[in-house]
Amino acid sequence: MRMAERDGHKAFAPKRAPSYDDVLNCIRCGLCLSVCPTYRETGTETNSPRGRVAMIRAAAEGKLELSRNFVDHMYRCLNCGACAAVCPSGVEAHEIVIDARVEIDNKLPQPAIKKWVFEGLLPSPARLEAAAWPLRLFQRSGLQWLAERTGLLNMLPYNLGKTAQLPPKLPMSPLRHRLPEVTPARGERRYRVAFFLGCAQSLLFAESSAATVRVLARNGAEVVTPRDSVCCGMPAMAYGDLDTALRLARRNIDIFERIDADVIVTDCATCGESGKQYREWLKHDPVYSEKAEAYSSRFMDISEFLAGIPLDDRLSEVKARVTYHDPCHLVRGQGVSSQPRKLLQMIPGVDFVEMKEANWCCGGAGTYAMTHYETSMKILDRKMANAAETDAEVIASGCPVCQMQLGYGVRRAGLEMQVTHAIALLDRAYRDR
Amino acid sequence: MIEQSALSELAGIVGKENLLTTPEDLACYGFDATPRLGGRPDAVAKPGSTQEVSKILQLANRAGFKVVPRGAGTNLSGGSVPIAGGLVMQMNRLNRILEIDSENLTALVEPGVVTSDLHAAVEAIGLFYPPDPGSMTVSTMGGNVAENAGGLRGLKYGVTRDYVMGLEVVLPSGDVITTGGKTVKNVTGYDLTRLMVGSEGTLGVITKILVRLIPKPETKKTMLVYYRTLGDAAETVSSIIAHRVIPPTLEFLDNVTVRCVEQYIHAGLPQDMEAILLIEVDGPASVVEEDAAKVVDVCRQHNAAEIQVSRSAEDSLRLAAGRRAALPALARIKPTMVLEDATVPRSQVAAMVRRVQQIAERHGLLIGTFGHAGDGNLHPTIVCDERDHDEMERVERAVDEIFHAALELGGTLSGEHGIGLSKAPFMTLEMKDAGMKAMVAIKRALDPNNILNPGKMYLDQFTQSHEPMGGVLGPRS
Repeated sequence: MRMAERDGHKAFAPKRAPSYDDVLNCIRCGLCLSVCPTYRETGTETNSPRGRVAMIRAAAEGKLELSRNFVDHMYRCLNCGACAAVCPSGVEAHEIVIDARVEIDNKLPQPAIKKWVFEGLLPSPARLEAAAWPLRLFQRSGLQWLAERTGLLNMLPYNLGKTAQLPPKLPMSPLRHRLPEVTPARGERRYRVAFFLGCAQSLLFAESSAATVRVLARNGAEVVTPRDSVCCGMPAMAYGDLDTALRLARRNIDIFERIDADVIVTDCATCGESGKQYREWLKHDPVYSEKAEAYSSRFMDISEFLAGIPLDDRLSEVKARVTYHDPCHLVRGQGVSSQPRKLLQMIPGVDFVEMKEANWCCGGAGTYAMTHYETSMKILDRKMANAAETDAEVIASGCPVCQMQLGYGVRRAGLEMQVTHAIALLDRAYRDR
Repeated sequence: MIEQSALSELAGIVGKENLLTTPEDLACYGFDATPRLGGRPDAVAKPGSTQEVSKILQLANRAGFKVVPRGAGTNLSGGSVPIAGGLVMQMNRLNRILEIDSENLTALVEPGVVTSDLHAAVEAIGLFYPPDPGSMTVSTMGGNVAENAGGLRGLKYGVTRDYVMGLEVVLPSGDVITTGGKTVKNVTGYDLTRLMVGSEGTLGVITKILVRLIPKPETKKTMLVYYRTLGDAAETVSSIIAHRVIPPTLEFLDNVTVRCVEQYIHAGLPQDMEAILLIEVDGPASVVEEDAAKVVDVCRQHNAAEIQVSRSAEDSLRLAAGRRAALPALARIKPTMVLEDATVPRSQVAAMVRRVQQIAERHGLLIGTFGHAGDGNLHPTIVCDERDHDEMERVERAVDEIFHAALELGGTLSGEHGIGLSKAPFMTLEMKDAGMKAMVAIKRALDPNNILNPGKMYLDQFTQSHEPMGGVLGPRS
C-alpha cells in the first residue's frame, strides 16, 4: 500500500512515496547502526538509518511535519547503502530516504540553485562544461595558489574555502570533446562496446576515461562513445528531483538504443548504478519500461566487463604496493568488488594489500563533502587511517567522487599516496607494450 | 514534562550540543527493538562523564522528571522505552576502553563501548570476552550489563553476569559507588555488583565496568546435524553433555525455521527434517579433535540423519549460515516479529518445542523456534502483522501460553532479553508476592522518588498478586 493512499497519511503524495510496508518492515533491531558512517561518527540515533526510517514513518502518520529539521536530517544520509546490506528484514533505508527527498522536492519550495543545476545544467553537457570554467580559472590563474597561502579562502562562508580545494586540477578540455565517436579495436575486433562517458569523468578525470577506452581497444573492443549522452540522473535523484532524473534516463535510453553494441560500459560507479537502476526507475512508464529493461540489462561496470573476457596478458611491470577502496555504488550498488581486485592483481609487480573496512564509505557521497564538510571529513579521516595502515603507495578505486575525496584525504593527511582508477593502473601496465 | 528551567540546567550540565529536544530527535528515541512499544521522551541527554550523570540524577530528583538510561537501544523487552516520558540518557559518549590488564586478565571499559569492539581489542592480544549477544556489533557493554545479556556461547562460557567483576554506578540519589574489584576472591559486603547486573536501569546508571577475560580458545570445529525426529535431537543435546563434552555452541532450529531459512538462502537444507543442531567445540587442537569425534559418535547413536563436519574456517562459516539466517528469514515473512526467550531446563527442550508447536497450531500462527538448545534458551519467534488486530490478539494469547508453559516445565520467563515492559505483567507468576516485595523494597530504598526507568519489571505497579494485567505487549506505540 502506498502511504499516500492511507487515510491520515497525507504527508506523502503518490508520486514516489515510500511504501508504508517498506517502512513498517523495519523491526528496529538496530543492526544498521553498526555500519552507518553517520551514526558511528555522531552516536546519535537521529543520524542512523533506524532513526531516519522512524522519522519518515512518523511523518507518514502525521506525527511529524516536513519541517526544516526533517529536511536537514533526510540530507544527512550518505546513501551509501551499508544499512540495507545488513538489514535482516530487507529494508532499504537509504532508498526510503530518497523517497522522502522526492516528497520534499514535491511539497516544499526548493532553492533556486537546485533548479538551475538540475534542470539547467545536467541535461546539457555544454552548459555543464561552461559552468566548470570558473573553477578551472581559479585553479590555473594562480588565484588558488594565492588564496591558499593568504588564508583568503578561510574567509568564505559555509566552508566554501575548504570545499573549493576538493576537486583535482581540471583538465583544460573535457574528454567529451577529444574522444572520437568510434575508437577502433587494436587487432581483431571481438566486441562492440558502447561507452557511457560520465560527466565527472569527462570533466574531472578525463585522462582516466581516456585510459579506459585504450584498455578496451587493446582487448579487442571497438568503442562507440556518443557525444550527446547526458548526466545519468543520479545527482538529480539523490536530491529528490525525480522528474529530471527520469527525463535524463529516457534521453540516455534513446541515445544508446540507436547504437548497435554488445554492452554499455562505464567507468563511473555512480553512472553504472543508475544505468542498472533505470529498469526500476521506469518500470511503470508505459513507453519506456521495456526499453529501460533492455538498457539496464546490457549495462556493465568496466571492471565487470574486463574481468569476464580473456585479456591481453602482455603487461609490463608496475612496481607498487596497491590497496583498493570500494565505491558504495559499485560494491553495494552493483555487487562489484572481486573484479577490480582481480584486475589489479593481474598486473605484474603489484603488491596488493587489503585495507580494513575497504567497503566503508569515504564520505565523498556526491556533493556530501561540500554540503556536510565536518561530518564528511570525520568519515574521510577514518578511511585515510585505514589506508595509511596498509603502507600502500597507490589507492585504486572506481568512482570519480571517491577519487576526488581520497585525493583530498591524501593531501589533508599529508600522505605519500597516489589515487587512481583501477583501470588507469592497468592502462599504465599496457603502455610500454 | 521537564520544566524549561530544568532543560536549561541540563544544557548547562552536558553542553547544548549534547541535549536533543527537537521533535525529530524525540521521534528517534521513543523505541527500542521491542515490537509495538513506544513512548516519547521530553529530551535526550548524552552525558560525557560520571559527574555529569550524577548531576543529572540529582536534578531529576529535584525537578521531578524520569530518567531512562539507553545504550544502543537493541533491547527486546522494552527496557529502554521512555514509557512515562522524561529524559533519555544515551550513554554512548562514554565509549573508551580504559585498560586491558593482561596480568590480572581484566578489562575496564566505559558503558558506551560496543561489545564487538571489546571482542576485537582483547582478541588482538590473545584474550577472550565470551558473551556474544545477537546484537553485539552495535549493543553497548552498559546495556549488556544492565540487561545481563546472553548469547550463543552461554552453555560453556556463561553470560554477562559471569564476567562482571566490578562496577562504578551512579545511584538514583546521584551518589557514586564502586563495587567489586580485580581480585577473584572478594567477600566484602553485599554483592552489589550482582545486584546491579540485570537490574535493567532501575537501580542505578552504570558508568564503568570491570570484566574478567580468559585466554582465547586455540581453535574450533563446527558440526551441522540433521534429525528426523525432535526427540532424537533433544536426546543428543543431553547425551553430549553426559559424555563430558561442553560445546560453547549447541544451537537448534525447528522444522518451521528450517523451511523459512531454506526459502530465504537456498542452501539445500532438507525440508523434511524435524530439527537441525549446530554444534561447535573449541579449545586446544588435540582436545577439539577428540571432542568432535565424541560428538559425532553421540549424534550417530541418536539416529542423526546426516552429519557434516567442518574442515576449515570457511567451512565453519558455511555450516553456520543457516543458523545465522534464522532471524532474517523469519523477519522477511511478515512485518512484525515477536521474539520471545522463554527458557527451560535442558532436559525439557523437546517438551517445550512441542508445546510451542501446539500453541502455534491452536492459534493459527506461524511460530519458528530456534535458539540455544544447550542452555534451554529457546526463541519462539512469532511472525505477524501489527496492523492485523485479530492476529495480534491471537499473538497475545500465544505469548501468554508460552510463558505459562515455560514456567510449568521449571523454566523462566526470560533467559536473556530481560523483563522490561513486555513481560512485566507476568512477573508475579514467577517471582510470587514475597519475591516481588523484596524487589520493591530494594527499589524503594535506592530510588525513593522512582525517577529511574519507571514502569519496568512491574516494580512501581506491584501491590499484591493478581492475574496478569493488560496486554502482553503493553501499551501500543
